[in-house]
Amino acid sequence: MAPFFFKCALGLYLLGSLGYILYIIFQKKPLARLSYGFLALGFIAHSLSIGFWSIQNGYFPVSNLKESLSFFAWAIIGVYLLIQLRFNILVLGSFLSPVASVMMISSSFLPLQAEVVNPLIRNLWLMIHVGTIFIGNGIFAVAFLAGIMYLIQERQIKSKHFGPFYHRLPSLEVLDSLNYNCLILGFPLLTMGMLSGAIFAHYTLGYFWRWDPKEVWSLITWLIYAILLHGRLTTGWRGRRSAMISIIGFTVLIFSFLGLNFLVKGYHSFSAFQVSSPEVWETKPKKTPQN
Amino acid sequence: MGLNLEIVVIGLNHKTAPVEVRERLSGFLNQKGPAHTSLKGQFGLREILFLTTCNRVEIFFTSEEPDQTIQELTTYWSAGILQKPSDPLPGFYIYRAEEAVRHLFRVAASLDSLVIGEPQILGQIKDAYRQAVDHQTTGAILNRLLHKTFSVAKRIRTETGIASHAVSISFAAVELSKKIFQDLSGKKVLLIGAGEMAELAAEHLLNNKVQKIIVANRTLERAMELAKRWHGQAISLEEIPSALVETDIVISSTGASETILFYPEVKTIMKQRRQRPLFFIDIAVPRDIDPKINEIDNVYLYDIDDLEGVVAQNIAERKQEALQAERIIQEESIKFRSWLEGIDVVPTILALRKKMDDIQQGEWKKAGTVLQGLTSEQHKAVEIMTHSIINKVLHYPITFLKEQVPDNHKNEKIDQIQKIFNLNEGMEVE
Repeated sequence: MAPFFFKCALGLYLLGSLGYILYIIFQKKPLARLSYGFLALGFIAHSLSIGFWSIQNGYFPVSNLKESLSFFAWAIIGVYLLIQLRFNILVLGSFLSPVASVMMISSSFLPLQAEVVNPLIRNLWLMIHVGTIFIGNGIFAVAFLAGIMYLIQERQIKSKHFGPFYHRLPSLEVLDSLNYNCLILGFPLLTMGMLSGAIFAHYTLGYFWRWDPKEVWSLITWLIYAILLHGRLTTGWRGRRSAMISIIGFTVLIFSFLGLNFLVKGYHSFSAFQVSSPEVWETKPKKTPQN
Repeated sequence: MGLNLEIVVIGLNHKTAPVEVRERLSGFLNQKGPAHTSLKGQFGLREILFLTTCNRVEIFFTSEEPDQTIQELTTYWSAGILQKPSDPLPGFYIYRAEEAVRHLFRVAASLDSLVIGEPQILGQIKDAYRQAVDHQTTGAILNRLLHKTFSVAKRIRTETGIASHAVSISFAAVELSKKIFQDLSGKKVLLIGAGEMAELAAEHLLNNKVQKIIVANRTLERAMELAKRWHGQAISLEEIPSALVETDIVISSTGASETILFYPEVKTIMKQRRQRPLFFIDIAVPRDIDPKINEIDNVYLYDIDDLEGVVAQNIAERKQEALQAERIIQEESIKFRSWLEGIDVVPTILALRKKMDDIQQGEWKKAGTVLQGLTSEQHKAVEIMTHSIINKVLHYPITFLKEQVPDNHKNEKIDQIQKIFNLNEGMEVE
């Protein structure tokens, strides 16, 4: 069932992205509403796909890059569907759905690996760790795109030359408040994700923190967002500066999510969850998983 | 063609005749009471609609002998408005048949206006039509044409961006404010100095529900006067820096010859404001505000040239949208022609039947829950009964329509039936 629903989700996301791209070109609202419908249906199919998979295997499908990309796309679309209800920024979909679609396409092209996974992965704390981190990432993806939209719009207003985006993008205040709301939602999730990861590590591996490269880079990401949140709340950082920092934060986040896997090996890299990886044997559990 | 009537328009507008000529013509038309009544039944005019606005004087009419009517009407008008017979003929334009239809569509969609996309013209056409209806000078063709015109104008307004962007300085300023702040309610405006354009911008902002207007002026008296008008607050020029901490939009238009607000000042103010955005509109010449402040984060400065640039961009954009509007007009005028060619009793009968069927369907739905208890036989019986009631009622108007009469009477009959049963419904705007 899972692969079937995955294909449905991919198809629907592609339709949704196409619709949203046509919407930003022709500015016909029904196109955006239709696309929203496609994305919502795609999200349901995607959730079913992930759900079936998880029930079958007992953990979230995040043990390799293929699955993680798909899970990331799921989080982004889910976050967008909710944010759209609250903020009603249709044009955000035109920026966001292509990003999610590219992730889905990449995921579908990556080879399916024959998987014998480490039993460590079937753990409640790990589920919380993965769930909160990914939803947080989805929210930061929205903050990132809001930041890009803000910079484009601000450039046009400051330079006094209005390009095709001027009328299509929302006002600066709306984009800035979207950025702020993403930050106050995403930051606690990221924090929770890191804490639950530490607890998981403590129960299973015997320590909270190991200065693994992924952990270090995640900490850097967390610090960037922490500084931004602090700046916003105390000295009134907003607008351009906040948009820039959100963009930098997300770039670092993507680097720690994707880039590190290619550059360095640590127990967070996807291959580590497969039994074939010698590292897992090195980091054998000191305690058996709690559930 | 069911009727041998042709639609014609003769007129003058801002492009073809100077304002004196247009004034003289409209004065001449109304000298013997309302223009509709004085021309009714003359020169072979069958249906008449007068449209007089500050930019145009036009008559739309139908006639069976269009060539002759045009000839007589132009001679009559020319004689009426020429001061000396030797004067050159004023710039009348004459459009016939499909071109006349297209002309009316273009006028209503504001493609023929001085400012493309301005909204008043459609209201003026509606008024003109109401007058013509009051004087009973319209018939089946003009009624249909006008209803079609309203729906075409509405379609163009919703499907193209012809009216979407501001083409005046003060509206452009309001539009920009909305691109920065989104919602202007709760925002405060500081007006430095006064002047027609600044006051107009302030009024537009008030219409957009800004919370408060603070007025600063060299003479406190003048400031108080303006503040009273807008239920605002008056301050002196010295108090501006402290006022800037709480305002969001600043309109400056003093007669001062030197800059009154400098970069370092605004920089400090932004810290005190905790970086909340500040929008300066400097419409003074020479400028009041140091242009460099546009470089400060969250500060936006537009001077009069910038705003004029925005207006020019918007006008260019409207012209672009007008091309799309022309395409819609082309399409709709073809549709109207095919209606005109088919104007006959048959479409009217069909429309009548459709109307009755719609009513029947509607009533079925309304009675829905009550009738659910019926067996399928009873259900069928009720349906047959309602159908036969409809058929019996429709028998009389249909026989009336089908009676053999000369063409011009047929026109009147169709019009009567259309009015009695309100068959033009759904084509109207509002």
